[in-house]
Amino acid sequence: MKHPDRIALSRRGFLGMAAGGMALAGAAAPARAQKVATSARIVILGAGAAGTAMASRLVERLDGATITIVDGRKRHLYQPGFTLIAAGLKPASYSVSSTGEWLPRGVEWIEEAAAEIDPEANRIVTTGGKTVAYDFLILASGLKLDWDAIEGFDMALVGTNGIGAVYAGPEQAAATWGAMDRFTDEGGKAVFFRPATEMKCAGAPLKYTFLTDDYARRKGSRGRVEIHYAAHNKSFFSVPIVNEKVRMLFDDRGVKPSFDHVLKAIDPGKKILTFATPEGDREMDYDFTNVIPPMVAPDVVRNSPLPWQDGPWVNEGWAEVDKETMRHVRYRNVFAVGDIAGVPKGKTAASVKWQVPVAEDHLVADIEGKLSPAVYNGYTSCPMITRVGRAMLVEFDYKNNLTPSFPGVIAPLEELWISWLMKEVALKATYNAMLRGKA
Amino acid sequence: MKDLTLETLIAVFEEMYGPLLFWTMVAVAIIITLAFIFVLIRDRSIEGRYLARAELTAPIGAIAAILFVQNITNSGFSDIGGPIDVIVVLLTGVAGAGGLIFLAYVVQAFMRQPGNNRH
Repeated sequence: MKHPDRIALSRRGFLGMAAGGMALAGAAAPARAQKVATSARIVILGAGAAGTAMASRLVERLDGATITIVDGRKRHLYQPGFTLIAAGLKPASYSVSSTGEWLPRGVEWIEEAAAEIDPEANRIVTTGGKTVAYDFLILASGLKLDWDAIEGFDMALVGTNGIGAVYAGPEQAAATWGAMDRFTDEGGKAVFFRPATEMKCAGAPLKYTFLTDDYARRKGSRGRVEIHYAAHNKSFFSVPIVNEKVRMLFDDRGVKPSFDHVLKAIDPGKKILTFATPEGDREMDYDFTNVIPPMVAPDVVRNSPLPWQDGPWVNEGWAEVDKETMRHVRYRNVFAVGDIAGVPKGKTAASVKWQVPVAEDHLVADIEGKLSPAVYNGYTSCPMITRVGRAMLVEFDYKNNLTPSFPGVIAPLEELWISWLMKEVALKATYNAMLRGKA
Repeated sequence: MKDLTLETLIAVFEEMYGPLLFWTMVAVAIIITLAFIFVLIRDRSIEGRYLARAELTAPIGAIAAILFVQNITNSGFSDIGGPIDVIVVLLTGVAGAGGLIFLAYVVQAFMRQPGNNRH
């Protein structure tokens, strides 16, 4: 009985059923044609994928609203491209555009980061000291890569000493390619892993393992290359059926698995990784690695009343939202979308694409004094690259069900060329269309 | 895909090629189609000689289209992993072949002397 929206939804669903198909059809057709007149002040924290998509959609839905987007970052980064950059297939510039070029007309952009969120007083304060009051707050701040949590890691060393860091940014991804290219020429021992926190695109560490294997094979150096994958718990991937497929593929490719390994420290000089394991610390030497740090909510969110107050995410700081409506459970005029949302699955651009229209619909319904039937079912997708030229188009939801977009046509657990084509050709275009509110 | 509407598809294609190139390609396709319809009406029949010659270009169009797709995507024939991949290759080939046949036919039909369409 904690989430009033769910009650409202079920009531609405019941009424809909009672009134028959006509009522449902009426509810399903959004009022796209007519804009909703309002003087609401809407603040969007963050101009990444989720914030920008939300801004574009709200501008189309609302007439007269004051929409302010707060983000100090001048660069917009297409993060799904980092893997392709780190595989030497695209230049660093592939992922870089400017924040401003995606923001729709009619949105005010404050080019500062948020320093404080006060949901009791319905206002935020920027790093420059500006106070912005709101009627609705969209939290789309993204997450923080907690590099400091890895003892001995130095960002300046990425690309040298066999150190990669695909997540760190487009330039670091390109530097990682340089290191991987050298490694697959020379041979040695590669060690891959992931953090124990929630993370962006949990498939990416696996993709990079597959890609390193693929390059070694193409160059004829696979015999000199040893590849290890140290999983943070007892599985490679949270969706059991996908995990089993990855296990088979790792077996086929000769990737050696370890389990319950969480990285603590790196010694770039001696080339040693130290993992925490249930049996105590374990050191593994490496010649090439892809460092992925723990991921947590940005400080501005962690220091606010918005994070989960109990449960497994207290230390990570994700916003406590209802997983079906993206609405904050304590502050009803606050929604969270994208990486910052404390929901069980996702932290991908695909999640954003499905979350944003749901949160948008609930917000607009609030303005209209109505109830929205929109529900996010946890859908996300991962084009799991298994080599250059092939991928598995894995799509799933909160229940760990596979939810293929093209059932019977594109098999989710097969390594296919068409899935690669989607990743390489169609994904960025779809992402850009999403930023413009058109996909 | 949740809302795979025509509008979404057009938006995606505009992003893929850039609006200018995308709509230029659409315009070229429409012009070739209109030109084909024009010569069809003008000649009141399909000219067998032109068609036969045009069909000779089909394999070139098919192979060119397939190689083009592979070339822009860091992939090749060895990446074909399942039935759908074979279907995509075939459809790409058919599209390339069909396009070039139309083009070749129209070019020939326009190059011949007016009023000289019976042999």
